[in-house]
Amino acid sequence: MVETGQVLTAATARPAPWQLSAAGRRARAATVATALFVGPFLLYVTAFLVLPALRLLTQAFSGAKGGVTLQYVAELAEPQVLHAFANSILLSAFSALVGLIVGGLTAYFAMGPNAPRGLRSFVTTFSAVAANFAGVPLAFAFIATLGSLGMITVWLKQWGIDIYAAGFSLYSLSGMVLVYAYFQIPLMLIVIAPALEGLRREWREAAENLGASAGDYWRHVGLPILLPSLLSAYILLFGNAFSAYATPYALTSGSLALVPIEISNVLSGNVMLAPQTGAALSIGMIVVMVVVMALYAVIARRVNRWGRR
Amino acid sequence: MSAGRRRAWGGGIPFLIVVGLYFAVPLIATGLFSLWEGGSRYGPAAYIAVVQQAPLWASLFLSFRLALETILVGLVILVPAVFWMHLRTPRLKPVFDFISVLPFVVPPVVLVAGMTALYTGPDWLVSTPNYLVIPYVILALPYTYRALDVGLRALDVRTLTEAAQNLGAGWGMLVFRVVIPNLTTALIGAALLTIAIVMGEFTFANILLFNTFAVYINYIGGTAATQAAALTLLSFVITWLAMTGVLLTGRGQVQIGGAR
Repeated sequence: MVETGQVLTAATARPAPWQLSAAGRRARAATVATALFVGPFLLYVTAFLVLPALRLLTQAFSGAKGGVTLQYVAELAEPQVLHAFANSILLSAFSALVGLIVGGLTAYFAMGPNAPRGLRSFVTTFSAVAANFAGVPLAFAFIATLGSLGMITVWLKQWGIDIYAAGFSLYSLSGMVLVYAYFQIPLMLIVIAPALEGLRREWREAAENLGASAGDYWRHVGLPILLPSLLSAYILLFGNAFSAYATPYALTSGSLALVPIEISNVLSGNVMLAPQTGAALSIGMIVVMVVVMALYAVIARRVNRWGRR
Repeated sequence: MSAGRRRAWGGGIPFLIVVGLYFAVPLIATGLFSLWEGGSRYGPAAYIAVVQQAPLWASLFLSFRLALETILVGLVILVPAVFWMHLRTPRLKPVFDFISVLPFVVPPVVLVAGMTALYTGPDWLVSTPNYLVIPYVILALPYTYRALDVGLRALDVRTLTEAAQNLGAGWGMLVFRVVIPNLTTALIGAALLTIAIVMGEFTFANILLFNTFAVYINYIGGTAATQAAALTLLSFVITWLAMTGVLLTGRGQVQIGGAR
């Protein structure tokens, strides 16, 4: 404390430091030091994250010729906007569900205490890569595989199976779920692995000694304990898919109605919509994400209450 | 290992094979597709064509330069703040934690909308690719913050600071000779993750019309599909290298960033 006072009062000569007591001078120096160390960070976040978001809020409510209007926010209730939100929410909900189930089971089989060690570390590494391998390259990998001229599509056609004639399309919502699963499953693996490790071996052994089968154990012990972790993982996956932009854009060239795509269409001037509409869409997206993150925070608190040994 | 347990693991093998196929097939198919030269001829033509394109190298270097700038700006802003928070103002921790979640609440496409609405100048900044560094720092913020937070918590920065000061170290010496060397692994992990994020970032660059690596891959995808497949594999290799580095420095701790 003494050092702080000496160094920083010298560096920051505020008006009339001689009028302050020694303690007061130290307190002021500490405040100044905090401002110096933490200030730039807070300023940066305010200028480049908080203010842009607030600007969208004011823009969404301001009329084309000034003044306050609810016109653009009311446009959120238009059928095509609702359609985009419905698509985004469906895609996020389904891909998160696939990630939850497949990722959860994979974690259980490949990272459990009985799995081979080599497999475990391979799955950990691969998940880290696949969860970060998203966006344009991921879209192209799937176009090369299952696109209308993809390797697998063409290969199956040689065997007499035409998946596109059978109703499959990579560029539809169900096709997108398949693509999103490529980053949702690894993300689930990463998020759920610590919770699975938190299940104590003793609980299982106690249940077995009391005559419980594997099914009984999971129904009455394992899953109830994991439930908050699974819920928070699901919410995280949902938010992850909801804000995805690069993957659907590269996959459908911006033709599928999803909220992020609509916002970028407004920004690029691809559609005849006012900037205020884009702002209103953005606010709608923030509202969904706020709800998602609030739920996540509430559940995460419950997880912590359970999880500590 | 009891027989029952072994059966439980054995029962998962078919499931794991299916999941493994799901993850392997797109990569293999992309690899085959990148070698396709039309008809039934296969060869490295796409790769040869790709490496000869000057714009590819320009975009790759641009993305890499932006990644380095993002790391630098992010660390200059975050290291002092997180260090001071741990040392003197732990009551600010909830505020920091809250701020580190904000980039998730404001998705990239929303942030770019907000920034274009708020900032239209100065021209020397918004018209150069360097402008992208500003939002990229925000994108990488949650991961950089978490790496620093974990690193500093493990360090017991208070004791270390007192020890250094009792031995006569000034603030500059404390930061550059004591704190930063002890944070090396955390800093390298954060830096590699930032590289992975920025090298794949598409949203900001595409909307603000800058020709970064991901934007270039997308452009090639519209004109030469096999070359796009080759670049896709290159991008996968870059991600793999960065993530291996993160895992090695982070003691097996996995992090998630990425441009979805």
